[in-house]
Amino acid sequence: MNKQGRCPLTTSQIIDEYFIENRTRILDVAAYLDRLLRSADSQPAGEDFRMQAFEQALHILSSTEPNKVDHIQLVFSDPTTELKAHLDTKSASGAWNPVPEVR
Amino acid sequence: MYYIEMHGHMVSRTTDDYREMAMAGCVAVSEPAFWAGWDRQSADSFDDYFRQLTDFEPKRASQFFIRHVSWLCLNPKEGEDRRLTAEVLKRIPKFLDRPNVVGIGEIGMNRVTHNEVDTFIDHIRLALDYNQMILIHTPHLEDKYKGTRATIDNLVKFQNLDPNRVLIDHAEEHTVGMILEHGFYTGLTLYPNTKVSLARAVDMIEKYGPDRITISSACDWGPSVPTAVPQLMLEMRRRGHSEELIRKLVFENPLKFLMQSGKFELPRLDIHATVSHTAP
Repeated sequence: MNKQGRCPLTTSQIIDEYFIENRTRILDVAAYLDRLLRSADSQPAGEDFRMQAFEQALHILSSTEPNKVDHIQLVFSDPTTELKAHLDTKSASGAWNPVPEVR
Repeated sequence: MYYIEMHGHMVSRTTDDYREMAMAGCVAVSEPAFWAGWDRQSADSFDDYFRQLTDFEPKRASQFFIRHVSWLCLNPKEGEDRRLTAEVLKRIPKFLDRPNVVGIGEIGMNRVTHNEVDTFIDHIRLALDYNQMILIHTPHLEDKYKGTRATIDNLVKFQNLDPNRVLIDHAEEHTVGMILEHGFYTGLTLYPNTKVSLARAVDMIEKYGPDRITISSACDWGPSVPTAVPQLMLEMRRRGHSEELIRKLVFENPLKFLMQSGKFELPRLDIHATVSHTAP
């Protein structure tokens, strides 16, 4: 076992191994944001609670802080502790909605 | 290298998948009861499902020399229905003596409601009454953090619960630490979209160390890859990790956990069941 917390690869080895696949991922994110701007109804995506969380995640991505993935996970998470009174929907949506719709 | 698929919903997979898994080194599958993708209308449906998990699937797996073990419960997606829960819970004990049943699972929460928590607690009590191990599902996406916290908060209330005999599954970066800190086993689920990628799973192993961590594909009726665990082995080799470390994660850790059931065995590898934990 390597020193706990460390990836056994050097910085240049990590870049050699993982750069191309992550270049692809960042292009996919860029294309997704462009697609939203080209939407059929031209509605601003920033009004959607999921995209508001997405925007926060992008800020974390461009920071120099460590543990980015942990922080982004929490951005998308429900931070409350109160139990729901009843089942609102069967499936999660990917981001916490601070102002849930009344169903 | 041999491996144990710690969480596979094989009722949703083809016989060809068993064959592919066997050829990739799979020697055992642990299958928790889960949601069929639609709500069942009566407890009778669960009777049939439990027969499938404890009779038909072990036979199907054995064609490929794979040991099949199962976990029984009413799953979290149906846990809101307290009437159905009560009826299903009455029917579980008669299956617990079956040779491939290793515990109660996958129980837990979906949207973290009052009823779901009550159903979760009912299952914990059943497990303790029958001295069963427990496998726990944690909620998806935005509900995972809250649901994992609620899961642990409720588990620690049971002073006679041994955390070593409980696996809290589907951990991610924001939940794996709290699970391990409380002494539970955990699982990383290699899903293509909604859970953990190969690279992120290896990152978590590097950050937290390999103890009490298991790996699974959780293959089911949705987008999932039955041979995701061998794919993780390749990812670990890509990073330069040792064969010893890989074997600990994909074979020794799940083996150590499952052996506590008293029923788990791999006779072809000269691994035999130890002591029965079924009787209260």
